[in-house]
Amino acid sequence: MAPGAGHERQAGLELLNVMSGATARDIFDQAPARRGGWGDAIFAALCHAAGGFVLVLLGGIILTLFLGGLPAFRAFGVGFLWSTEWDPVQEIFGAGVSIYGTVVTAMLAITMAVPLAFGIAVTLTHLAPVWMRGPIGTAVELLAAVPSIIYGMWGFYFVVPFMANTIQPILIDGLGGVAIIGSLFQGPPFGTGIFTAALILAIMILPFIAATARDAFNQVPTVHQESAYALGCTTTEVVRDVVLPYANTAVAGGVMLGLGRALGETMAVTFVIGNANRISTSLFASGNTVASQMALEFGETETGSLKLAALLALGFMLFVISFIVLALSRLLLRPRSEQAVRKPRAGAPREAEPSITR
Amino acid sequence: MHRRFLLLTTAAVLAAPALHGARAQSGASITGAGATFPNPLYQKWAEAAKAAGGPALNYQSVGSGAGQAQIRNRTVDFGASDAPMTGELLKENKLLQFPTTMGALVPIVNLPGVAIDQLKLTGDVLADIYLGNITKWNDARIAELNKGLDLPNLAIAPIYRADGSGTTYVWVSYLSAVSPEWKTKVGVGTSVKWPVGNGARGNEGVSATVRNTHGAIGYTENAYALQSKLTTTQLRNKAGQFVTPTPASFLAAAAGADWSVPNFVANVINTGGVTSWPIVAPTFILVPLNPADAARATNVFRFFDWAFTHGDAAAQQLEYIPLPDAVKQTVRAAWRRVQDTSGKPVWSS
Repeated sequence: MAPGAGHERQAGLELLNVMSGATARDIFDQAPARRGGWGDAIFAALCHAAGGFVLVLLGGIILTLFLGGLPAFRAFGVGFLWSTEWDPVQEIFGAGVSIYGTVVTAMLAITMAVPLAFGIAVTLTHLAPVWMRGPIGTAVELLAAVPSIIYGMWGFYFVVPFMANTIQPILIDGLGGVAIIGSLFQGPPFGTGIFTAALILAIMILPFIAATARDAFNQVPTVHQESAYALGCTTTEVVRDVVLPYANTAVAGGVMLGLGRALGETMAVTFVIGNANRISTSLFASGNTVASQMALEFGETETGSLKLAALLALGFMLFVISFIVLALSRLLLRPRSEQAVRKPRAGAPREAEPSITR
Repeated sequence: MHRRFLLLTTAAVLAAPALHGARAQSGASITGAGATFPNPLYQKWAEAAKAAGGPALNYQSVGSGAGQAQIRNRTVDFGASDAPMTGELLKENKLLQFPTTMGALVPIVNLPGVAIDQLKLTGDVLADIYLGNITKWNDARIAELNKGLDLPNLAIAPIYRADGSGTTYVWVSYLSAVSPEWKTKVGVGTSVKWPVGNGARGNEGVSATVRNTHGAIGYTENAYALQSKLTTTQLRNKAGQFVTPTPASFLAAAAGADWSVPNFVANVINTGGVTSWPIVAPTFILVPLNPADAARATNVFRFFDWAFTHGDAAAQQLEYIPLPDAVKQTVRAAWRRVQDTSGKPVWSS
């Protein structure tokens, strides 16, 4: 403790004395006892318990999923991961179709959402007049607050018919005959399918990526940007050569967070993906995702059946995929300042704060 | 002062349901869980039975699979399931199975210019559509059944229930009964490996997808098709007659079934009557043969006895098909198999 602290405390206690009517000496005498007393120990124990609880909880969930899925892993071996068979009658199960659907929809969603989110972030930080930034920023945050069932129903009752009647016929007629990429645009225009699911997912993860990118762009030192402008750079050049290189890791972290959400999204996807256990080259064909398949089949699955084991094994696989994505995002999301500051000032008091987010 | 008032109000609001619950428990109450298909009827019966002084039923429509699981774990007084439990499982879990009501499934289509109950289909054509063997609406086999209709050169989009459901169980049971190819290639279950088509969630999902998609065909419960004014079709029954989905044709199917089979697993699908609708199925209740609490078991039977005696009108109003009276009598006789610890039947009358 710093040398002046004693004086400060004395002054503070005298103030207390005036307010409460007790003497400063009374309180001061109690102080050392309190420092090493039960209060601190209990408080620390409670905090440790809370921290440990998270680990126990997470470990418990992973263990439950793994043990529940064990019969399926035993029955089908490693082949469970890529087998495209899902036949509840013959009791043959494979995760291939749903893992494929999960990964493809999430990747497509990222491909659609990132350019849009980037545009929103640049608008919010560099282009829009200041009075417009507030409303747009709030709108982006509100998008993140919309429950996924709303996206699902909106997708099913509005986007799906629109895709079926307008977008898909145009694309199928226009591009379906073209070599190579034509195979992506085949089949009857149901409106549902991989592409529609990815579109809804893109809208759902957009706010996460946009908000992270905006905050990252705001962290770029004004001096750097003003200097670039002074050298005669255009706005495009400043964004491309100054802002982006500075903010790229944080933006990548935001993309990973979005990817994590897209992988696990259940309700909205279930409504629009078409729920077919087939892999097709066409983007308009129906598919399935891990989360959606689990949600759909869980209700009618008997306890103790191999199907339930297969569903739990699917859940475990989703956990593994999400864990990889989240670990990557944590790695990329470490604040720039922390990376720079940590090495020279290791052991400094500030160290404790960022470590919470690690 | 203000805060204290707020606290008091909150406490009052929180306490009110608890008090209410305590009062309800003082009367006889029973719990059930399972199938979603009969849920509207069970809720209606519960309301009416309670008003008539019967036991208060708390029924949760969690799905047939979950209903079976819950009664096996004895967490409820009865389970409800659309798909019947096999004889071995019933024996193993010491359960009694009996039917309460029946429902009919109807095919629904979206074909421009085709009115309700105008299109004629047969079981093997339906199976071949869902197998992917018939892919166009102007296929020769469909055209032959519908000589007067001008069918378009439109791709058929088969829609099925993507969630596991008793409805799917009944539908594929019918396809299996009429098509050997379906029976060997796909089989029967609450969810199956569909060779072609698109999945949708729930009755609402299937009907909305059919309504949105030109050339689509799907299946749903008759009650749902009626309420949503969907385009149903005629079907050819086992006797070779084309029938429309009406209460009369459903009742004919129920009367034509053989209910003397063990555990009431009567086959009401594709029955032989001239006027029978081919896709009718009972829904079942599962109760323990050795109830831990005999009084609650008695109340379960009191409830269903009341429903059998007074519930037919409500069932028909909701488009369910009541059991024939003779079947109800055999069901009541079967209830005597449920006994308390001293070996005395919990139900007698």
